[in-house]
Amino acid sequence: MKRFFILLLTALALFSAGCGKQNSDKELITFWAIGAEGEKVSGLIPQFEKENPGIKVKVQQIPWTAAHEKLITAYASETLPDIFQLGNTWIPEFQALNSLEPLDKYLMRDSVAPESFFPGIWDSNVIDSVLYALPWYVDTRLLFYRKDIFEKAGFNRPPESWDELYTYAETIKKKNLSKYPLFLPTNEWNPYIIFGIQNGSTILKNNNSYGDFNGPRFREAMRYVSKYFYNGLSPIDMTAVTNAYQAFEEGYFMMWITGPWNIQEMRTRLSPAMQDKWMTAPLPGRHGEYPGVSLAGGSSLVLGKTSSKKESAWKFIKYLTRADVQVEFFRLVTSLPSVMKAWESPELRDNKYLAAFYMQLQHTTPTPKIPEWEQIVFAKIQQSVELLAAKKLTVDETVTKINNEANSILEKRRWMLSQKVN
Amino acid sequence: MSFTDFDIYALGNLSYLRFVGLRNYLRLLEDPLFWTSVKNTFYFVLAGGPLSVAVSLSAALLLNTKLIKFKGLFRVTYFLPVVTTLVAVAVIWRFIYHPRFGIINYVLGLIGLTPIDWLGDPAFSMPALILMAVWKNFGYNMIIFIAGLQNIPEDLYEAADIEGASAWQQFWSITIPQLAPTTLFISVITMIGYFQLFAEPYVMTQGGPLSSTLSVVLYMYQEGFRWWNIGYSTSIAFMLFLLILIGTVIQFRLQKDTE
Amino acid sequence: MKNVKKIILYTVVVLLAVITFLPFLWMISASFMHPGESSAYPPRLFPSDFTLMHYKDLFTRLNLTTYLLNSLVISLGVTFFSLFLNSMAGYAFAKYRFAGKKKIFSLLLSSMIIPGQVTMLPVFLLLKSLGLINTYWAIIIPGMASIFGIFLIRQFAMGIPDSLIEAAKIDGAGDTEVYLRIILPLCRPILLTLGIFTFMGTWNDFLWPLIVMTDSSKYTMPVALANLMGEHVQDTELMMAGSVLTILPVVLVFLALQKYYIKGIMMGSVKG
Repeated sequence: MKRFFILLLTALALFSAGCGKQNSDKELITFWAIGAEGEKVSGLIPQFEKENPGIKVKVQQIPWTAAHEKLITAYASETLPDIFQLGNTWIPEFQALNSLEPLDKYLMRDSVAPESFFPGIWDSNVIDSVLYALPWYVDTRLLFYRKDIFEKAGFNRPPESWDELYTYAETIKKKNLSKYPLFLPTNEWNPYIIFGIQNGSTILKNNNSYGDFNGPRFREAMRYVSKYFYNGLSPIDMTAVTNAYQAFEEGYFMMWITGPWNIQEMRTRLSPAMQDKWMTAPLPGRHGEYPGVSLAGGSSLVLGKTSSKKESAWKFIKYLTRADVQVEFFRLVTSLPSVMKAWESPELRDNKYLAAFYMQLQHTTPTPKIPEWEQIVFAKIQQSVELLAAKKLTVDETVTKINNEANSILEKRRWMLSQKVN
Repeated sequence: MSFTDFDIYALGNLSYLRFVGLRNYLRLLEDPLFWTSVKNTFYFVLAGGPLSVAVSLSAALLLNTKLIKFKGLFRVTYFLPVVTTLVAVAVIWRFIYHPRFGIINYVLGLIGLTPIDWLGDPAFSMPALILMAVWKNFGYNMIIFIAGLQNIPEDLYEAADIEGASAWQQFWSITIPQLAPTTLFISVITMIGYFQLFAEPYVMTQGGPLSSTLSVVLYMYQEGFRWWNIGYSTSIAFMLFLLILIGTVIQFRLQKDTE
Repeated sequence: MKNVKKIILYTVVVLLAVITFLPFLWMISASFMHPGESSAYPPRLFPSDFTLMHYKDLFTRLNLTTYLLNSLVISLGVTFFSLFLNSMAGYAFAKYRFAGKKKIFSLLLSSMIIPGQVTMLPVFLLLKSLGLINTYWAIIIPGMASIFGIFLIRQFAMGIPDSLIEAAKIDGAGDTEVYLRIILPLCRPILLTLGIFTFMGTWNDFLWPLIVMTDSSKYTMPVALANLMGEHVQDTELMMAGSVLTILPVVLVFLALQKYYIKGIMMGSVKG
């Protein structure tokens, strides 16, 4: 055993030494990618290196749970790589740190068309009219539902408006087809922000320096949400839903506003008999529009400002956002392509669950583009909604609480804005 | 540093650093998440601490009886979890707690109980962490207890035997009082260690579900290294220090009172 | 009566041993299973077909050699420097007379109850300004001096008779020579104890390496394992193999030197 390891060690040492020599004349660019995508992206690299013989790409994969810490620490110690992946909502933060290279000039030079990307997603990469990132893969939230239960209740299409959504839920509950028809997880912020935005709330106001959660628009949206909790149409206790997939299968709930990763999860976790009984649909709208707007999520690729190999790095970013490469990437990890042309490939076109996503992705809007955004929504909104669902807070108290907390987080931003004016 | 608002902006440009006096501390007192973390930490300390001390004492007593052979072997076995890497331990225990394939739920199933989602259910997540922590740490305190037990003069027991005291009586009137200094020492170091609960929830649950395993140190870490609110994070650290200090003083007082 | 008692006692002792050891046994056995085999109901205790594939995978595909070497270099580095520094400081506190010695020492001792996390951020910023983040030194330097170590050595060195030192000085030995020729050899047992403590502590440390090592090629074993855990949730058997390799070195060191280790715990407690 021991001898085996020693042999292995020596072999590895020799191997890596050999590699080092061989590539000394190539330009090495480092790329930090996150999560499963980070692991699978290495499958796309041989092709790139074949097309660009002078460049070698080193991928470092970081887990989602530690990604944000890792990136900021790397910034603090000035060890950011040439290219890295950022969640869309992190772009403002790294822009504030002045660590992102503006991409407009590369875009112009190489005539990459912004129109080839989904518009809402593209917008989330632009801050103060400057482009700082290129969308890599996208995600957005929409409605997953049980087709069979809809049919039993006599509905032959998914709900298209707020009123319809509510009527559907009420009818299904009355007919005893599901205990809590609509699942609104109280440990997520996304559904509540979506309802707010659909209702016309800007979420933040005054140059994003104050919360607008206590404004009439958001308040009304939360009142609408609270009806689901208070009339027994949504589970109020997250602990009751320990296994969401099982609950979905049992009909404990049968509508769920969630994201594309659950397509794969549903496929593996639901029983085979359930597979043709669920479907996806775009979100219902507020004011007669359909689909209603959802959030522009996903991940983008950025170029480190301190990188000394920007040209090669840009080539790699461009490669990863090429339609054929995006299709290949979808094959590897089923992450949704950010380039619309990629959706024309058979793999995506023939996937019945993806049609709704394609539709929804035309109707997305970014969340407010400030570094504090995740802090505001993460713990704060979840906690307040939990209290709202448990009837420990009224709608008015909830929006006031969220707003106060948001304003306290934004205090520094207000101060900085005032400094800039003076 | 806890009197400044050192944050992501200040990290980018030091001119954005402000002196804020006690504002971090005032905000902390109103922060429900901080109180949740304090509550969870106390839960861990108050439930896990005594349990850990009790298990170590029992193990030490067991290994100190004259009837047992192979003491060295057992001692090493009990001690093994102490020296192992916590991250690796977490890997193992995550699977032991697995709702479907875990050994614990299998045993529960054998005696006819319904399976528990140990790490997914807020009511059970903390007990699960406590169980794991006790398993990992009891060997350390056990060694100290054994040292303490060996320091008790043999003739005390001999005298008690002559007076006809039962084993139980001997335990309460000789072992416990004689061990008091050792117990105090162990309680204090266990408490200090348990107050700093971090790695267990970090690798097992990330503080979830529903913040049920968010400890003070984990919260401090999240504020400091996830959001980069260093000023705020430092004030949390300082509060933790105060908590530990108070806890230590209380333990010393209690000890004095019983003497 | 005595036999019954004996049987009960043995049952309890063995049961406790089984409970303590079961997780390890299961980890080792699962690491030799084929993928997916450990996820079975009822749980399987032994592999049906012994395989080394996960170990091979770890070394070839997942760069485990790098992490093992990192851990080894860092742990040995910290152990070496900390023994060197702590023994000097401990010796000084034990045998030298200087102004405020008692005060400084009790100040040091009382700072032991400050949780390490309080100093983490300042130390991080300090190392950053020195440009040492993402180097081995970022772990070695903060680990070099420990109050516990100084304390341990001081307690031991106080037991060295002054006459020995004086005799050596009369023979014309300087301070350095006294330290190297007399104190260090005499302190050998306590240095071993402290060395094991430091080695294991550094090897097992997770949070600090996680923060200061930004480049994955500098990860230590625990950090790499946590990373693996984040991404390969499904590959239980692979994770188990990783755990075995993470634990193995410390367990071996412990088994080889357990006498010194246990003595160290007892010393720390009795004098504490």
